[in-house]
Amino acid sequence: MPEPPTPQPSRRVFLRRTAAFAAASAAVAIWPPAPARATPEAMQRAIRAVLGEAEARPSKIMLDIPALVENGNAVPLTVSVESPMSEEDHVKAIHIFNERNPQPHVISITLGARAGRAKVATRIKLADSQQVIAIAEMSDGSFRSGSADVIVTLAACVEDLQ
Amino acid sequence: MTARIMASVPAHAKRGEAIEIKTLISHPMESGYRVGPNGTMIPPDIIRLFTCTYNGEEVFRAELSSAIAANPFLSFFTTAVASGTLAFRWTGDNGFEATHIAEITVE
Repeated sequence: MPEPPTPQPSRRVFLRRTAAFAAASAAVAIWPPAPARATPEAMQRAIRAVLGEAEARPSKIMLDIPALVENGNAVPLTVSVESPMSEEDHVKAIHIFNERNPQPHVISITLGARAGRAKVATRIKLADSQQVIAIAEMSDGSFRSGSADVIVTLAACVEDLQ
Repeated sequence: MTARIMASVPAHAKRGEAIEIKTLISHPMESGYRVGPNGTMIPPDIIRLFTCTYNGEEVFRAELSSAIAANPFLSFFTTAVASGTLAFRWTGDNGFEATHIAEITVE
């Protein structure tokens, strides 16, 4: 006996399904997955991971970064730490963090007495107006901190290619 | 594809002088947080580590995150101790590796 033909979905059902699918696709297009954002709390956790039990004293670190940035894709940043950079007293490491990029960590630099000067420069991306924090680890095990506030008008990192 | 590298190292220096070194390398530094044209996330592709060795001894190291701008620029100081070579090395995602060597004469 031949099989009865499979009932085709009626036109109404088809239209309803199409509409539902279109609505679902539109929802995806309008609300793409929210980009991950670091929070000031995430930054504090990242800083804590560097400091351990110690506390950072805010002193003698200069962050040279424009206060108002038009394009967050490449923001010049210079960090310098006041230090004699001698064998007994020098900067061992400099860590830089940000508040509102997807990741709180920016860069970690290891140097030593041989550096002569504790001054480094690079270019960073900033996804939003935020605070940039530098932590310096000194040869005696103490930490220093410095910060700068930046206003960004065109964000970086999370812009889409659409 | 080989990365373009620019490095500025003084050719001559006095012993004990702190010399400034500037390096620039062509690299997209794709953060991994951007959505591509097809709606999927673009996978991260960044340089993770930069090192500078002076006559074989490491004098500077930088661990980079995705917040470093494309075509990473780094400038730093080192003390001129002896004539010889400064070797720069960048390594990163997808097996990225690049090196550059500069000569320095110290009087």
